[in-house]
Amino acid sequence: MNIQTKPPLTLAEQALVDGFAERLKDLPGSAAVSDLRDRLIGELKDHGLPTRRIESWHYTDFRVLLKSVPEGGNDAVRLIEPLVPEAIRLVAGADAGDLPAGLKVSDYADALRDGRVTTQMEPRGADDAIGRISGAFVSCGLGLDLAAGTALEHPVELQVAHGGGHTHQRFPVRIGANAAATVIERHTNRGSDPAFVTSVTDLVVGNDANLTWIIVQTQGGADTHLSQINVTLEENARLTLYVVNAGGKLVREEIHVVAKGEGADLQLRGVNLLDGDSHTDVTLTLGHDVPNTTSTETFRNVVFDRARGVFQGQIRVAQDAQKTDARMASNTLLLSDDGEFSTKPELEIFADDVQCAHGATVADIDDVHLFYLMSRGIPEPQARGLLVKAFVNEIVEELEDEPLVEALHDVIETWLERHG
Amino acid sequence: MLEIRNLHARIADTDTEIIRGLDLTVKAGEVAAIMGPNGSGKSTLSYILAGREDYEVTEGDILYNGESILEMDVAERAASGIFLAFQYPVEIPGVATMQFLKVALNEQRKARGEGELSTPDFIRKVREAAGELKIDPDMLKRPVNVGFSGGEKKRAEILQMALLEPKLCVLDETDSGLDIDALRIVADGVNALRSPDRAMVVITHYQRLLEHIVPDTVHVLYRGQVVKSGDKSIALELEENGYADIIDAAA
Repeated sequence: MNIQTKPPLTLAEQALVDGFAERLKDLPGSAAVSDLRDRLIGELKDHGLPTRRIESWHYTDFRVLLKSVPEGGNDAVRLIEPLVPEAIRLVAGADAGDLPAGLKVSDYADALRDGRVTTQMEPRGADDAIGRISGAFVSCGLGLDLAAGTALEHPVELQVAHGGGHTHQRFPVRIGANAAATVIERHTNRGSDPAFVTSVTDLVVGNDANLTWIIVQTQGGADTHLSQINVTLEENARLTLYVVNAGGKLVREEIHVVAKGEGADLQLRGVNLLDGDSHTDVTLTLGHDVPNTTSTETFRNVVFDRARGVFQGQIRVAQDAQKTDARMASNTLLLSDDGEFSTKPELEIFADDVQCAHGATVADIDDVHLFYLMSRGIPEPQARGLLVKAFVNEIVEELEDEPLVEALHDVIETWLERHG
Repeated sequence: MLEIRNLHARIADTDTEIIRGLDLTVKAGEVAAIMGPNGSGKSTLSYILAGREDYEVTEGDILYNGESILEMDVAERAASGIFLAFQYPVEIPGVATMQFLKVALNEQRKARGEGELSTPDFIRKVREAAGELKIDPDMLKRPVNVGFSGGEKKRAEILQMALLEPKLCVLDETDSGLDIDALRIVADGVNALRSPDRAMVVITHYQRLLEHIVPDTVHVLYRGQVVKSGDKSIALELEENGYADIIDAAA
């Protein structure tokens, strides 16, 4: 007979459990939602946070890395300057104002109160720590519904600008058939207290819809940011997904995409700017479930100081998903001997007529490039700055939308200035 | 303006000595041609003048306007007026050409205590210089040297030289890879920059370039030393007889 002893809860795990008990009375939700929250926190207590023994968390030993969980936090509405001037700003709990025709916005807190979201709140599986914490703690969010055939002229910006402490939001989004839009999802700490943030987006891109979705994460240097975007691509749906990480102490960003309709296409681009003693993990699972779907995934990572980065990219090609074309690359500029970046590509291909490729590179700044710039009188720090910017801007410029490109350049520039 | 005294240099962290006691003096206003067979140390000399760290000076000195530049880094030398036109200009993806030119120009001005150029002034200056070198404005929209043909790259080097207005120009095999029309454009660009207070060191294999950029002096480099100096007639002599005679005489 085996006696299994559960390890005692870590300080952070205990703080999560205690924080839940404290916050429970203020969390909105029907009886069913409350039951679900209780169950999820119970599971968290039983299983603890994931450790490196769990395959999908192997490079991010979350139980060890999460040292503390802050108390407090509020859902106070903060509107900040949008990244793109004309953007339609949306903030959970705030009046959305006049919306363009075809765009419906709902308050996720209402959905929690009437209990229709319990299925959505279920974690993806036993190892889904983000889904579990989010399901237990989620307090608000926004639902977006873009009617079929609607093309939005200006981007929508979902703002999660908090002031530290707990923030847990969810965003169910449906982009109707033939609709076209750009959505910016922004996470930033505008206070001085450390934050603990979860954000889960459930996105469905309808037939022939064309969506650009941009996630800009600029949390504070002591913050924990856990996010998940779960995407379903229907027939001929096109999604351009950009992920920019330029902040946070402990970051895990999960991207789960299923290409469910023929002709679906995903263009995923990521820029990870890492410094200090931060840990940033981008984990992708991508299912090419049907024939004739395509995707490319390119990440550019810049590592300063003692920062550590992880990219896990899993591509599954189902047995009948013939003619799949998927190309994945992770390129890292490692600017410090103490920095680290781990890339784990994982291709699971069950079909026989597909094209799948993956590649990873790690390099320092090219000496010849540096010499050339300096030989024109550009001092070394500026020359290095130009080269680092060039490395990541190549990805950003693929967007071919000038205001957006400029906005992302600014985010990158602001971050890089710390290293000038 | 430039005085190289008994210069010895090797590839850093090796015993491979490439420059072995080189002496050379170039006065303000002078165009000095450096010729020599493959492996004589011509390109190495240009890199050492620019300050590339792959080479290590073990003996001797390089004086520029009377002061040693050996302790100056690459950017400091450039800001002080030394310019190297590369034999193989470097492609830098992601760095926009205009941004690169602007940063370079303004950093040099800053280093000399001059104010930054306004954007309209800068653009006007680039347009003018580019026009004279028959550089397609679309080229300037591309990243530095990316997708440029061999001839375009060389013209872009001369464009940078014209904009930065250096005092000592080192041209490393600027004629290589150029067709005759491109050679003429490049040579015209260089000649336009000849001036009494500017010196030029023109490194080349062939007499051909020197028909277009007529040198005041010619120096033959062999095994890391200047083995013969004189006027432009040396270049003609080399064209006819090759290096063998001069090398034999020096040996």
